Amino acid sequence: MRRFILRRLGQTLLVLLVMSFVIYGLIGLMPGDPLDVMIASNPGASPEVVARLRVIYGLDQPLMLRYAHWLLAALQGDLGFSRTHSQPVLVVLAPALWTTCKLMLISFVVSVILALGLGIVSALRPGGWLDSLISLAAFAGISVPVFWLALMMILVFAVELHWLPASGRETVGDGSLLDVVRHLIMPVATLALANTGGFTRFVRASMIETLRMDHIRTARAKGNGEGRVVLIHALRNAMIPVLTVMALSFGTLFSGALLTETMFAQPGMGKMIYDAILSNDFNLALVGLLFATLITLLSNLAADLAYAWLDPRIKL
Amino acid sequence: MSVRATIMGLSLLMGLASPALAKDDLVIGVSQFAPSLNPNIDPTVIKSYVLDFAIRPMTAFDKDWKLSCLLCTTLPTIENGGAKFETTKDGKQGLAVTFTLKPDLKWSDGVPVTTKDLLFTWKLGSDPKSGFSNNNPWDRAKSIDVIDEHTAVLHLDRVIVAYNQWDQLLPEHLEAKAAEGKEAGDYLKATLYNRAPATAGLYNGPYMVTGYDSGAQIVLEPNPYWSGTKPSFKRVVIKTIENTAALQANLESGDIDLAPGDAPALTIDQVIALQQKAPDKFAYIYKPSLTYEHIDLKIENPFLQDVRVRRALLMAIDRDTLVSKLFAGKQPVAATWVNPLDANFAAGVPAVKYDPAGAKKLLAEAGWKPGADGICRNDKGDRLAFEIATTAGNKLRELVEAVLQSQWKASCVDIAIKNEPARTLFGETTKKRTFTGMVMYGWSSAVGESPRKTQFSDQIPTAANNYGGANYIGLNDPKMDGLIIQAEQELDPAKQKAIWAEMQGIYAEQVRVLPLFFRAEPYVVPKWLKGFTPTGHGDYSPLWAENWRAE
Repeated sequence: MRRFILRRLGQTLLVLLVMSFVIYGLIGLMPGDPLDVMIASNPGASPEVVARLRVIYGLDQPLMLRYAHWLLAALQGDLGFSRTHSQPVLVVLAPALWTTCKLMLISFVVSVILALGLGIVSALRPGGWLDSLISLAAFAGISVPVFWLALMMILVFAVELHWLPASGRETVGDGSLLDVVRHLIMPVATLALANTGGFTRFVRASMIETLRMDHIRTARAKGNGEGRVVLIHALRNAMIPVLTVMALSFGTLFSGALLTETMFAQPGMGKMIYDAILSNDFNLALVGLLFATLITLLSNLAADLAYAWLDPRIKL
Repeated sequence: MSVRATIMGLSLLMGLASPALAKDDLVIGVSQFAPSLNPNIDPTVIKSYVLDFAIRPMTAFDKDWKLSCLLCTTLPTIENGGAKFETTKDGKQGLAVTFTLKPDLKWSDGVPVTTKDLLFTWKLGSDPKSGFSNNNPWDRAKSIDVIDEHTAVLHLDRVIVAYNQWDQLLPEHLEAKAAEGKEAGDYLKATLYNRAPATAGLYNGPYMVTGYDSGAQIVLEPNPYWSGTKPSFKRVVIKTIENTAALQANLESGDIDLAPGDAPALTIDQVIALQQKAPDKFAYIYKPSLTYEHIDLKIENPFLQDVRVRRALLMAIDRDTLVSKLFAGKQPVAATWVNPLDANFAAGVPAVKYDPAGAKKLLAEAGWKPGADGICRNDKGDRLAFEIATTAGNKLRELVEAVLQSQWKASCVDIAIKNEPARTLFGETTKKRTFTGMVMYGWSSAVGESPRKTQFSDQIPTAANNYGGANYIGLNDPKMDGLIIQAEQELDPAKQKAIWAEMQGIYAEQVRVLPLFFRAEPYVVPKWLKGFTPTGHGDYSPLWAENWRAE
């Protein structure tokens, strides 16, 4: 097990190294240079000023040389300076990461709990009215665009009912736990609803397949209660393929909740990476994307470890 | 947990909605965040908007577009003797401009604002390594004589119209340490405005930044050492909601109070629609601004080399109807790049009227006759067809483009739309002048700013000047160059006006640009907010935020 983990961590580092090179190169291929964005928003900048800034930001150097400088500094713990924020990348990254962690972890847990419950109920009576209803809701969750769902929530719960704040992380001057929770309800609900549909379908399919297996019939024949059969014997086996899907989604969630973050003014990793790419902020975009890659790789490692725990026959 | 307890819990959570902060708080919703706050580095619109609450420039144009003193006691002019002609060491004519700082000015930590700060800012701003990119460069002054704590003389080595326009000072007692670095860009990394923007002492306006939640909101509170009119709000929160539909919903729910037109917020069509939906809920203001939407023509295109074709293109479009139907008549049609509110506007240069018959006649004179498909052809059988590009995804521009396309088609001109993302359009297409026919975008200037960047010959972007400049039309006219130089140097207002009239005349005569309209800044203002006055130019309304109050 220890050897497996060490090997995977080594592979992770290698992937990050390759990804850093690829991402830096790809951002460099985008049209225009980083200062074009600055000039577009500040037409007052004269060509002389722009030329000076190009030297200050090191943009007069070839792309690969800039990458080499970044890599060398990164190996010594300096992940670089964000051009747009004029601050070290880690300083910019930290608050975005905290927001994302709050949003993603809570919505992920909520959607997993909902999906497990609904998927199991659905799988117990496939084709029944409850299964049809849950399937309909799941498909609706998968199909509804996130920005629309978010906007509808704001219109209903903030504009019409005035129950919840429409946006932001907290009320200035309040910031109590209750206030933070109230600000989290709509973005978490939006993300959870968007994810629950897909997860529910996977849990349902996997459970239906598992419930037909011989060992389940054996468990029932031994006189185990239906609850024990479903929750202990079936669910444990059914979770193996579901875990893969969830682990992959978890990584995506860290960088892909752009719309939710934008609609509810909860700036996290997705928004930060998107803005950094658009404004050619190489260092920030690179570190943000590498972080999302790292989360995906680590969540897959966690999923692999969970397989072994769920099914002792699996050798790592 | 009982059902009753659950309901009580939910009521507590949901029922205590606090959409509205008390009236001593003002929440402003914008769609962009200011990622750094140093006033002299990368002064974007949103950054300047935020900073205008907190740090005052030396001088600014007011709501009547007149230059006024904000940090100084009297605006130095030639007439009042505050500015004097002098001869420089190399025998050229220069200017000596005397500024006296208001004696009771203080930074937000109580330290007085003095000529020490002026000297420090000038030295730093004149150092190319500092990375300053402010609108009124400090290196225009070649030396400064400090007379006393409040008075200093700035020596300019040439005569320029903007001799009395100067930007924000920096607090020497806080920023001197950040300026100690020797390498290019060191100041950029060390300045407190970027590293710790809520540091007391960085601001000298009525408000100061007390909270900076990256990407989300900036909180401003009254500067206790401000000596002017006492600000009325205990807190101003500038909240970023990038999606404008969500921003509008926040406005309707009461989570934000004000959507400004001088900072990126709601689009004009959203505000017009909101006004129709809720005419009495807010006050709606549409302030014509200095940003003008226009179409640059690629003069190297053989069909566009004939001025009759260019003029016909302008005559074929009904800009009055376009503005009236798409923008409820809120955005005035442009005759040239100079706004009628500008002192240098030449009323004698009329806007070209919509005249499709005249356009066809002019095209016929130029050798273009309608073909079987309704599109004009010349003797060689070439079709009169052009490509037009604008920023893809900008709904309003795309709408304008579609209207223009149909109007041109009615005058036998075929237009193919080829839009590009903003970064491609401005990063490649305009920058390298690779567009083949037309490119539509907006351009903002400062009050009285010469058209050097867009019309002077050395501003044509080429590989030789590293694609600097914004003369995308490729105008290379010695007469225009001469007039621009004169416009930048002539201090006599009457002569100045005549020079500007001549420039506008050339612009209108050559028709290298199709002017469309001046953008109006759309404001949604709470009815209880009084003392709020938009300016329509780059010195934004928060520069007078101490006058804003709730009634």
